[in-house]
Amino acid sequence: MNRFLAQNRHAVQRLGFALITLMAVFTVLPIVGTVAFILVQGQPAISAEFITGFPHDGMRAGGILPAIIGTLYLTIGTAIFSVPLGIAAAIYLSEYAKDNQWTRLIRLAIINLAGIPSVVYGLFGLGLFVLFLKFGTSILAASLTLSIMTLPVIISTSEEALRAVPQAFRTVSISLGGTRWQTIRRIVLKEALPGILTGVILGLERAAGETAPILFTGAAFFLPRLPGSPFDATMALPYHLFVISTQVPEMPIQIQYGTALVLLVFVLTMNLIATFIRSRARAKRQW
Amino acid sequence: MVDKILIENLSLQYADGTESLRDVSMGIRQNSVTVLFGPAGGGKSTLLRCLNRLNDLTEVKASGGRILIDGENILDLKTDVIALRRKVGMVFARPVVLPMSVRENIIYGLELAGEKRKSKLDQAMERSLRFAAIWEEVKDRLDDPATALSGGQQQRVCLARVLALQPEIVLLDEPTSGLDPISTGKVEAALLELKKEYTIILVPHSVQQAARTADHAAFFLQGELVEYDSGKKLFTSPKQKKTEDYVMGRFG
Amino acid sequence: MERSLSWREFIITRLIQTSGYSAVLFVLLIFFFLLREGLPALSEVDASSLLNIRWYPIEGFFGILPLISGSLIVTLGAALIAVPFGIGTAVYISEIAPRWMREILKPLVELLGGLPSVVLGFLGILILSPFLRVFLNLPTGLTAFTGSLLLGGIAVPTVVSVAEDALDSVPRAYREGAWALGATRWQTIWRVTLPAARSGVLTAVMLGVGRAIGETMTVMMVTGNAPVLATKLGSLFSPVRTMTATIAAEMGEVANGSTHYHVLFFIGMVLFLISLAVNIVASSVVFRARKRAERILS
Repeated sequence: MNRFLAQNRHAVQRLGFALITLMAVFTVLPIVGTVAFILVQGQPAISAEFITGFPHDGMRAGGILPAIIGTLYLTIGTAIFSVPLGIAAAIYLSEYAKDNQWTRLIRLAIINLAGIPSVVYGLFGLGLFVLFLKFGTSILAASLTLSIMTLPVIISTSEEALRAVPQAFRTVSISLGGTRWQTIRRIVLKEALPGILTGVILGLERAAGETAPILFTGAAFFLPRLPGSPFDATMALPYHLFVISTQVPEMPIQIQYGTALVLLVFVLTMNLIATFIRSRARAKRQW
Repeated sequence: MVDKILIENLSLQYADGTESLRDVSMGIRQNSVTVLFGPAGGGKSTLLRCLNRLNDLTEVKASGGRILIDGENILDLKTDVIALRRKVGMVFARPVVLPMSVRENIIYGLELAGEKRKSKLDQAMERSLRFAAIWEEVKDRLDDPATALSGGQQQRVCLARVLALQPEIVLLDEPTSGLDPISTGKVEAALLELKKEYTIILVPHSVQQAARTADHAAFFLQGELVEYDSGKKLFTSPKQKKTEDYVMGRFG
Repeated sequence: MERSLSWREFIITRLIQTSGYSAVLFVLLIFFFLLREGLPALSEVDASSLLNIRWYPIEGFFGILPLISGSLIVTLGAALIAVPFGIGTAVYISEIAPRWMREILKPLVELLGGLPSVVLGFLGILILSPFLRVFLNLPTGLTAFTGSLLLGGIAVPTVVSVAEDALDSVPRAYREGAWALGATRWQTIWRVTLPAARSGVLTAVMLGVGRAIGETMTVMMVTGNAPVLATKLGSLFSPVRTMTATIAAEMGEVANGSTHYHVLFFIGMVLFLISLAVNIVASSVVFRARKRAERILS
């Protein structure tokens, strides 16, 4: 068999390449198809009233403004907690940490945090923030839960961005009498910023689309008013979509697709911004 | 003539115990060009990096001896390393310009030290660019990114960057190794001017460069100081056979 | 001024060091809270009855085996899809595609990774499930297979990005050496590049599988939510219930502190330990492979 394959190497290669290309197509096509499909199906539902109005008739009519605002609040809340902490942790790993047992432990912890199922985060958030710390079902509890979930993503991408900055810059800065923090602040952080920003946005994008962590920590299906404080519960796009597509009888299909479209646009916009930042930074880079 | 730097019985080791320098003792005269030369692995760069404590960042440790600069042991734990690095500047083998404009590169060291007055910064910048013999070439391009300059120009900007801090000693580790002969000539000419104000220690990238520039020369072989004498004597009639062999190109 | 600079620097350095260790703190916190609320389940419910095959909390049956089998079967199916397609796409992007294609594909795959799982579940209910019901002539389209298909789609981007990175970091010299010996690009990929990237690709697969095990919303929406123990191959085409879906679906309706509540936390703890085990195995495999590679290359 091996001899056959070897003697017909080029035919095998052509076949193999075709197979692999087909695989790639089958992987990518659904992505494009999904987005296009939702775009087409959801577009009729989109109107000024849909985006800025409140729902009526048990969600079956009207707009989804509270869900949009809710997702916005949750994303901002997540950013407040996870971004400073995540970047600081990345700075530690990239600039301060020595290669020893303790650092390996930290890295193992980060990998673990990244692998924990989202619903387990929901349980944890319920146990710690909602019940133990008595924050109740609130934006605060949900944001804190989402932050811990987003932390590993921010730490990994930020650390990678920091490490990409050439070591020579640090050496030069130190040799000119700079302290470690001065070197980090003036050069390393500055040059790594686009990469860090990209990672942050991608992390927040994931947090915006998550349902399970907010199920028991902050999401509510119907709220008559917009949330007034971090201790209020809130509606949110992913949760809203989940409920209207599985638990509300006689839900107009239009509204379901419309909600899915709005969520998709929210997420895709963030993705586009991140990609834009990354390619612009790559072009302007002086190293 | 005063010894600006006095190295007494210095021995250096890597983290795994291998020796980098063994029992080196030498005095470096003020306002002169002292050249440390020899084949690769001789310990020259490592010695250079001790003089501004840059080895703190690496795995090299001093296992014995002292380095006195103006009479004070800089290997002491209580040494103000930041101040030392402003006093002892370093130019590296590859021109490493920071990712900023020419102006920002030059004043970077001063900004680190807390200098904020624009007039002082501009003065220092012009002065050091003149000393590095590059003022005329870049005076109209001060706000351009430093990476837009040629290799030779970048290296002289690195030299100016060091000079802006008004150090007393300037260390140069194979500063012209990537440069064309014209740029090399410009750097060497600058050094000959600079030695009037500063103490220069140079690791050359060739024996010829050493011969061209050295007031005093030290030959290092595998971590040991083999011979140390005035430049003229060492390159025309060296005392040690090993020195003569290396200078004549019989090995290396 | 020097003095104040070093004071500020000291505080900042301390803050950074503390942040570095925060990840460890959080893992311990999560473990602690899961334990706190989940361990009581072991005392309230007989340990052996947890291993029962009936999950019917209303009548006090807390057998988690059907849930575990549900998770397993869906994850296995997802892996069978995600691994070949993921590695294949990674190979395509890294080794076969022209540069311009690569610049389009990489962001596209990353986009798929960002799609909210609830959107995929939504499309699963509306499109995929009815389609499968008709196409495969099943009583219902909400099956483990449906879940596997969607989960495979969710896991693929993870596999692709990590595997593609691993393939990309194989030094060009390896490929050039093979070509110089007369190998075709195809042969080079399978006999040189892929084996060289072995540890990275393995990590990619493990991360993808980890992602699949942990998925909640998609499976909750399309796998039918029937806690039935999977006993034969055909079970792939009937409804199942995963551990994650169970927690998500039932947590909202339990009373705080009830047995049901504790058992759900217990399941959460099981999930946590599974992902911990997968990660430890993955990192030790990678560690050992890297050590071996370092020995060979030195």
